[in-house]
Amino acid sequence: MIDLNKRWWLRAIACAAVASVALVAGCGKEEPKPAAKAAEAAPAPKPDPLKIGFMYVGPVGDAGWTFAHDNARKALEAEFGDKVKTTIVESVPEGPDAERVIRDLADQGHKLIFATSFGYMEQMLKVAETKKEIRFEHATGYKSSENMRTYDSRTYEGAYMAGVIAGAMTKTNTLGVVASIPIPEVIRNINSFTLGAQSVNPKVKTKVVWVNKWFDPPKESEGAQSLLNQGADVLFQNTDSSAVLQTAEKAGKFAFGWDSDMSKFGPTAHLASAVINWAPYYKKATKDMLDNTWQTGGVWWGHKEGVIDLVAVSDKIPEATRKRIDEIKAGLKEGTFTVWKGPIKGQDGKKRLAKDQVADDKFMHDIKWYVQGVEGKVPAGG
Amino acid sequence: MRLEARPQPSVAMSIASPVIAVAITVVLGTLLFALLGKDPVRGLMVFFYEPIRSGYALSELAVKATPLILCALGLAVCYRSNIWNIGAEGQLLLGAIAGGGVALLATTATGGWIVVAILAAGAVGGMAWAGITALLRDRFNANEILVSLMLVYVAEMFLSYLVYGPWKDPKGFNFPQTQMFPASTQVPLLVTGTRLHLGFLIALAAVAAVWIFMFRTMAGFQLLVGGLAPLAARYAGFSSRKALWTTLLLSGGVAGIAGALEAAGPLGQLTPHVSPGYGFTAIIVAFVGRLHPCGIVLAALLLSMFIIGGEFAQSRLGLPRSLTGVFQGLLLFSLLACDTLIHFRIIWARRLAWNR
Repeated sequence: MIDLNKRWWLRAIACAAVASVALVAGCGKEEPKPAAKAAEAAPAPKPDPLKIGFMYVGPVGDAGWTFAHDNARKALEAEFGDKVKTTIVESVPEGPDAERVIRDLADQGHKLIFATSFGYMEQMLKVAETKKEIRFEHATGYKSSENMRTYDSRTYEGAYMAGVIAGAMTKTNTLGVVASIPIPEVIRNINSFTLGAQSVNPKVKTKVVWVNKWFDPPKESEGAQSLLNQGADVLFQNTDSSAVLQTAEKAGKFAFGWDSDMSKFGPTAHLASAVINWAPYYKKATKDMLDNTWQTGGVWWGHKEGVIDLVAVSDKIPEATRKRIDEIKAGLKEGTFTVWKGPIKGQDGKKRLAKDQVADDKFMHDIKWYVQGVEGKVPAGG
Repeated sequence: MRLEARPQPSVAMSIASPVIAVAITVVLGTLLFALLGKDPVRGLMVFFYEPIRSGYALSELAVKATPLILCALGLAVCYRSNIWNIGAEGQLLLGAIAGGGVALLATTATGGWIVVAILAAGAVGGMAWAGITALLRDRFNANEILVSLMLVYVAEMFLSYLVYGPWKDPKGFNFPQTQMFPASTQVPLLVTGTRLHLGFLIALAAVAAVWIFMFRTMAGFQLLVGGLAPLAARYAGFSSRKALWTTLLLSGGVAGIAGALEAAGPLGQLTPHVSPGYGFTAIIVAFVGRLHPCGIVLAALLLSMFIIGGEFAQSRLGLPRSLTGVFQGLLLFSLLACDTLIHFRIIWARRLAWNR
């Protein structure tokens, strides 16, 4: 019996082995085919499309940072049609893995490559050094080279406008912010949100919970709950998911969408979404490539350039506040309104900007302190 | 159909099971790609062929596999000795912190010996972190699974504290990162033009060393006996305390070296993202490699192949990442399922009736 068993198994193994060898061999033989096809297609009259690569830090999903980038990529394809071909690689860890992905995109014939997270900076710089014929675009970083440039958005403008609404809607005069990691951008957004709220309601106080993650829905949700427990009735977040909004929805409080329109995740709680629309920049960069006018540098675009906006403003918001938002938007467009204009005092009461003094970009990049009205301490090293 | 334990493990099956698993994955993968409207041949090629198609591709595979091999080696020794260390990730991070700390002391004028100091510091860092688990288990009988796992989060927070705080690059616009380490700290490259570094050879040497230790020394034998039959080991006078400390310090040490290699190798600085979870992936590697040093090398290469293949599937076929995850899961699932056949055989119900 055992003998028969063994023979049966050996036969099964042999069959499996033969099958897999045949399959593997099949794979090997198939290989030249696509290449041959490509060669046949090559002499077609139309020029090859510009191949553009995108590397994302998270999954595209249905809301938030990466979703906003991917929407802009789709807008890019819609605009340029068959003149461009885009490729995405999502959920690439920040660090050494990024270098492999960027280099591979370059080797695959992508002439323009976007890396959409800060943690890709050094890796992109390394690849850029060895691939001079390719143009690299890095979001939110500060290092550039002859063929690598940076782009960023003035998210604080959206945070300020959300603050104006929050200041008008709060009954407890306590706002809550779920914050990600204590880099100047996030601290600036907490401050701008508070400044916006104070512009319509000077009594407002802002409480902050740091979750030390960009994307961690359970943690974000916990943070939101603890802010609600401390009496906050309007929440705001500088994290990537819709968890804060959903938590507010369950608790019957108010909250905002961030990075992309999140109104569908909390129809009752949602007051407005501060969104980033990267399309204008992605279109410009592509046009630069197609026109052969790409130059290194760095941009920081806001509402004026159509990158930052406040959308899906709820009907619950009083008419006067809606008007105020429209005024701010018009002011940002025309350059007559600036969020960071004195007098602005730090949490410690120290004067940071004198009356009518306007902050320059260097000042903005160096904000490591809270404005008056924000409670708590900036975490380690802030 | 039911499973029946074999009187002894089948040698034929232990060789055939990975082959069957790959065959099953190929068949299911073909179905999966066909259902998605993608060319199945291209689909299989991005996973099985593209990651090994050239010398450069192989070098990337080795870079990715290095920390996995090192961490999994230490874990295999622990698991064979019945010590359940889940915290290789934390031990790796402490290795990166200790190694990175030494690297930050270096200047451009420092000699190449600094790399030795960095790796030694990494090993000590990892051992110290694993030592906490050993100490708590030894003195207070605290569960090592929980302690080692919880220490991963402590290690993450400690790393964050350093890169947001005292070790932050003063010129880094307040971003959480140290300055780039000076070039002298770079782990030597094996082939110029690639990222393949000395770490891969260190990992292979560690494989040989662990193999000799486990299967050719008395100390290793004592550990194996302690894992397989704790009472027999006790009767023979083998110290379970010694086993606890040896295995944890060993696995902490190699994980620490892996961390130092990452920091002073492909990364070149400390950031909160030193490891994309190598310490946890290494648990899978250890078991797919059947807790055997040589198996671990193959398993680490296989997993790296699938991680890289997953990226290729996105960039070449436009498959979403979640689907590449499904394909990776298919292979792991069939591998582990087929390994059942080594210790069990399938009895078909019809045959069973006939036997009766």
